[in-house]
Amino acid sequence: MGVALTRSAQWTAAVHGARALETTPLNEAILKEIIVFVESFIWKHPQEANYVFVEPLEWKTNLDPSAFGPGYVVSETTVESEEADNNAQPLLFLSVPQIKIRSFGQLSRVLRIATDTKLKEAQACIEANRNPIAKILGLDYNMIKEINEDSSVFTILDKITKDDDPESEIKMKIALLLKQLDLHLLNRSLKNISLEIRLNPGTVKNDVELLKRFSGKGEKTVLESIEYTSDYEFSNGCRAPPWRQIQGEICYVLVKPHDTETLCTTCSKEGVFLNGGETDDGREINYERKGDIYKDRVTLLREKSAIFSENMSQQEVRFNEEQQKEKDQPNEAPEEEAAALRRASAASRRSALEKKQVGLGRSQMTKRLEPSLNWKTTVDAKKNKSSLRDTQEEKHGGRLEKSRPSTSPGKAQLIRKSAEKIEEIISESSSESEEDEEPPDHLQEANADLPSEYWQIQKLVKYLKGGNQTATVIALCCMQDFNLAQETCQLAIRDVGGLEVLINLLETDEVKCKIGSLKILKEISHNPQIRRNIVDLGGLPVMVNILDSPHKSLKCLAAETIANVAKFRRAWRAVRRHGGITKLVALLDCRQHATEPAERSLYEAHDGEVARCGALALWSCSKSYANKEAIRRAGGIPLLARLLKTSHENMLIPVVGTLQECASEENYRAAIKAERIIETLVKKLNSENKLLQKHCAMAIYQCAEDEETRELVRLHGGLRALASLLSNADNKERLAAVTGATWKCSTSKENVTKFREYKAIEALVGLLTDQPEEVLVNVVGALGECCREPEGRVTVRKRGGVQPLVDLLVGTNRALLVNVTKAIGACAVEPESMTIIDHLDGVRLLWSLLKNPHPDVKAGAAWALCPCIQNAKDAGEMVRSFVGGLELVVNLLKSDNKEVLASVCAAITNIAKDQENLAVITDHGVVPLLSKLANTNDDTLRRHLAEAISRCCMWGRNRVAFGEHKAVAPLVRYLKSNDTNVHRATAQALYQLSEDADNCITMHENGAVKLLLRMVGSPDQDLQEAAAGCISNIRRLALATEKARYN
Amino acid sequence: MNRKKLQKLTDSLTKNCKHFNKFEVKCLINLFCNLVGDVTERQGLAVGLDRNAFRNILHVTFGMTDDMIMDRVFRAFDKDNDGCITVSEWVYGLSVFLRGTLEEKMKYCFDVFDLNGDGFISKEEMFHMLKDSLLKQPSEEDPDEGIKDLVEITLKKMDHDHDGKLSFADYEQAVREETLLLEAFGPCLPDPKSQKEFEAQVFKDPNEFNEV
Repeated sequence: MGVALTRSAQWTAAVHGARALETTPLNEAILKEIIVFVESFIWKHPQEANYVFVEPLEWKTNLDPSAFGPGYVVSETTVESEEADNNAQPLLFLSVPQIKIRSFGQLSRVLRIATDTKLKEAQACIEANRNPIAKILGLDYNMIKEINEDSSVFTILDKITKDDDPESEIKMKIALLLKQLDLHLLNRSLKNISLEIRLNPGTVKNDVELLKRFSGKGEKTVLESIEYTSDYEFSNGCRAPPWRQIQGEICYVLVKPHDTETLCTTCSKEGVFLNGGETDDGREINYERKGDIYKDRVTLLREKSAIFSENMSQQEVRFNEEQQKEKDQPNEAPEEEAAALRRASAASRRSALEKKQVGLGRSQMTKRLEPSLNWKTTVDAKKNKSSLRDTQEEKHGGRLEKSRPSTSPGKAQLIRKSAEKIEEIISESSSESEEDEEPPDHLQEANADLPSEYWQIQKLVKYLKGGNQTATVIALCCMQDFNLAQETCQLAIRDVGGLEVLINLLETDEVKCKIGSLKILKEISHNPQIRRNIVDLGGLPVMVNILDSPHKSLKCLAAETIANVAKFRRAWRAVRRHGGITKLVALLDCRQHATEPAERSLYEAHDGEVARCGALALWSCSKSYANKEAIRRAGGIPLLARLLKTSHENMLIPVVGTLQECASEENYRAAIKAERIIETLVKKLNSENKLLQKHCAMAIYQCAEDEETRELVRLHGGLRALASLLSNADNKERLAAVTGATWKCSTSKENVTKFREYKAIEALVGLLTDQPEEVLVNVVGALGECCREPEGRVTVRKRGGVQPLVDLLVGTNRALLVNVTKAIGACAVEPESMTIIDHLDGVRLLWSLLKNPHPDVKAGAAWALCPCIQNAKDAGEMVRSFVGGLELVVNLLKSDNKEVLASVCAAITNIAKDQENLAVITDHGVVPLLSKLANTNDDTLRRHLAEAISRCCMWGRNRVAFGEHKAVAPLVRYLKSNDTNVHRATAQALYQLSEDADNCITMHENGAVKLLLRMVGSPDQDLQEAAAGCISNIRRLALATEKARYN
Repeated sequence: MNRKKLQKLTDSLTKNCKHFNKFEVKCLINLFCNLVGDVTERQGLAVGLDRNAFRNILHVTFGMTDDMIMDRVFRAFDKDNDGCITVSEWVYGLSVFLRGTLEEKMKYCFDVFDLNGDGFISKEEMFHMLKDSLLKQPSEEDPDEGIKDLVEITLKKMDHDHDGKLSFADYEQAVREETLLLEAFGPCLPDPKSQKEFEAQVFKDPNEFNEV
């Protein structure tokens, strides 16, 4: 309470030495709060109430000794309590008129005895004891609040740990209780103050300065001009003449908006208003008020000038920014001060919640026009808040990393998307804790300046609560007339307790009330906060139950509301748990109603509408795996497929949207194929609706992982549609979906041919620049696929696609890099493209990607390097020119990622073609590293490893070294693999190795001859040759041995 | 009632009533006869249901509770205003009551709400109809204040020509914008559930009926 007392209580000027409290409503409120606290202390904290103060609280009382009853020893002029401390000193001692009290228990009692004069007693007590906390707890506790809030907590903790006698524990408890009280008092007084504070010279000046910056000639400015009437500024910041300052007027400003006459305005403490304007001679001002008082200049101008308010809304952001800056500056205006205080107290409340300790927002409550120094606190509070958020984000980031599955490059994009989704969800749910604390904040702010809608809505909610069916329906209908898309109204409904009532209405039997309530819920649930509140209030199960209602329009509204509410994990789960998915799927089935007689009822909707709303809700819910499964199990896919064929656009979007969400699951893709949905999706690609096109493309993108699906897309003419959509780059989301579908479809060779025919490659090359990353990933992916064909490569080169591709190598997006390396690798196969890549220093860029932390990027880069080295002129020289490059490559052989290893082996194979480079990598220890990898079962790795070994044998005593590092025996086993490529590479390696006698022996021991003999019969010539060569080497050795033996 | 007369009555009513088929009309006449009882049999078809009997039906079958509204519903049924609902008034009334189009129902509801029949729903009439619609707060100084305010906001919503009372045009426009306002001043149509029950009970299986 110390802070509140020193800062916010209004003290009179020190006249007679002792200062007194002014009798103001604020002080009275504070005193009342203190009285309540003290009075309840005795039964709320009985143990602490017995605590004996370090020093007694002493003041002049008006209480008569006779007022004291049992428990006290009463004489004519003195009173002693029977309750005494350890030293037998009474805890209360009254010697008229002085009273000394040493425990809360006694304080409580005295206040109760005082009855009517409580307030006076409390006032006298506080006036006489300016620092009650020091007296109660001792001086060192009082120190706490002098230090800033954070360390106070530590000090307290410190104390607890240092001396652990029971008394200090009680002391701590009391200290905390007092701090809580203090905080409470600050909040209370804040509420009072924020209502009073209006304008001051500082704010007025800032306002005018700011508006000046946005004024001038021209269309974009908010005003033509804004000027003070007088250039002279008094020392207190006012410009009004002194005799007007007494009236609270600060200055006069001439404002010339674009569309009206010059306005002469007066700024006073109460606000801004229009005055009588300049008198004829232009020197004097008619000071009389001519219009309403507005809270600030901007509000006034908005009212008076249409152009101002229009331009202002455009400038708003900038203007607000400026104002924000202004706020961080030291000379704060009281209004901002109040806001800062609010923030500070909110922040401390937060920390209180967190640590179960009460930290104090050290905020000053200096009144009126005095300068304040509390900007520091504001900044601190902000920091606190943001650091809190940071740690949260870090936590979630970490979790996210863990939950991210390892991915193949092709699926990277997809995974990234879902990872982003997870992120979204997590961040959404993470903000929950913060959001939960937001409402009180909001309420306080709202109190300061509530819009008229708030009161009207409050009234309507009152009628909702206390009205019968008829009144309820009227109130509901009237509520719909408010702009429910506006946040003010949405939150107003919530803040006056409307959500509870609306949800309650859903549980009644009144169809009309339910309809009315849902109509409102449907609108306001666009607001994320409201969604959460609805879920918290258990709104979803009720709505799910309504889905069973016989009234179609009710079903529609319920489904639509669910669609709006179910935008986050907890809501999805709630819908599923209460059987909502099954019911929603049932809504999709229009047929079952078709047989019923056409009942004419007032509140009925079309079956199509019901299905549409059902699909909308399913779309919202189909974002989680469990829900997707539930939809499938409820038989949703055939129903969706039927809706897809029968209905029109506004129905199709949610249907396709749902399918597209669900197509991330293997089960769905199979089902989609089985239900022949692809055909329809392809057809709808040709629709006019961009959103529909987007979702169709997205669905195709998801499904085209599957070979057969790609074929179906081609057969139904989807490729032409995709190609034509590529040329329309306005709608980025659609473009991302379309390019995605193009990419996936281009995985099939036949599709590439078709795409070439439709000039899709040209279009794709055109999309390589100035596109968002999600588009680029897909475009580059598609180009990579197209470039596998020589014709594709030529087209890309001729269209100038190589350069932008190389430019993309410097990016950081993982999925994009994977695709870019792939595309460049494909291009590099063609020597002419290679020249361009080389010219643009692309090889160096690729090489530097080998250092990328992501294995899939590393592998991509290594694969791309192979054709580059093959096709570059002076490849050996080029490779050597990369300082440390060869060492880097060799060291990558230590990786534990199979793909990286295989790609690096392939790169080494190419590097080793140059003798000098081979010498270098041998020095870097390539032989032992390769040998170590030999024991693998992965056929790709085996193949490239064998190739690399066979290349590396060409230098010095590497053949022998491989033998020494036991690479030979595993290689022999490769011959048992089923892959011919592995056989060929292995046979070649063995052939090279068999030049060394010891290796021949090892091979022979491992049964190589028999295996190789079989290979000799292979149709593959290289394999034949290598196998035969190897056998001949082994045989020759055998002959030589025999010869030696017989000699 | 003899069979021939009944047949003739059924035919004529069926012709004039688009929402019921012949069988349904037959059922309704049958029900009417049962309700009116022997009296009708003796004195002919001129006599029908009186106010109390009709209100009883509204209350028991359709769950209506508001006395004033029930009176008004009786008035709306009783076209010739003779204090007694004849069989044709019964069938016509029910046709709107149960199966009316939105237009018919709007007309019917407006008639019900227009207490004095002057073609307007005035503030006073609204007040009268809404006076029991709010929970009285004992703390409030003027217990009617809430009702007055409710009348004001209703008027604000529905009075499109701003003449301080609702004409049929005002009412119609408001209802077309928001169907929920059809029964704005009190329930005067059957709620769907009791309607269904009523129809199920009255329009029983035709074979069964034939046997009777």
